[in-house]
Amino acid sequence: MAENQVFERIRSEIDNNDVVLFMKGTPMFPQCGFSAAVVHVLKEMGVPFKGIDVLTDPPIRQGIKEFSNWPTIPQLYVKGEFIGGCDIVREMAQTGELAQLFSDRGITAQNAA
Amino acid sequence: MTAAATPYADRIRTKLTAALQPARLEVTDQSHLHAGHAGSRPEGETHFHVMVVSDRFTGLSRVARQRMVYQILADELAERVHALSISACAPGEEAVAAAVAADA
Repeated sequence: MAENQVFERIRSEIDNNDVVLFMKGTPMFPQCGFSAAVVHVLKEMGVPFKGIDVLTDPPIRQGIKEFSNWPTIPQLYVKGEFIGGCDIVREMAQTGELAQLFSDRGITAQNAA
Repeated sequence: MTAAATPYADRIRTKLTAALQPARLEVTDQSHLHAGHAGSRPEGETHFHVMVVSDRFTGLSRVARQRMVYQILADELAERVHALSISACAPGEEAVAAAVAADA
């Protein structure tokens, strides 16, 4: 089924990349304020991540909502685990939980470009 | 009454109140901040922020709390609401939400 193929692609992305952000636009050119906010948080922390632009991939745009049981974009995955959207990422960055999460998962910040 | 003027804000308030019996609930229409952006409509009511404090959230993860709110408002999201920013707090946690909001 087509849905299974989409889910397999999503699974492959989050299994093969430590930090994946499903977003509108690209990390360089976000097309949505909420996506831009998460990109900003990750870049500030110096955490390498893969951005997947759902605007150029309609099957992923719909499929990720069903895959995560989460109706909005952006969506952040760390080591295959769904972390949340913009509100949650910002809250966790604010409280220090996000840095702790990356540290616990063995993801080390690199010097921001 | 402005019920006719803000049907979606009213529905959001009504549904969240019924489902969560919140100690505090603020529904803010932020559509004007997104005018002309993707998902906006001339008639507005497309972008909302919801601040809700309820003891139903106690002991639940952030993801579980937001899923709960999204599910309560599934019809509104499907019909008109393009973006829903959520602060979902258990009683006593409001300080964190306020700090995040101030930082936005």
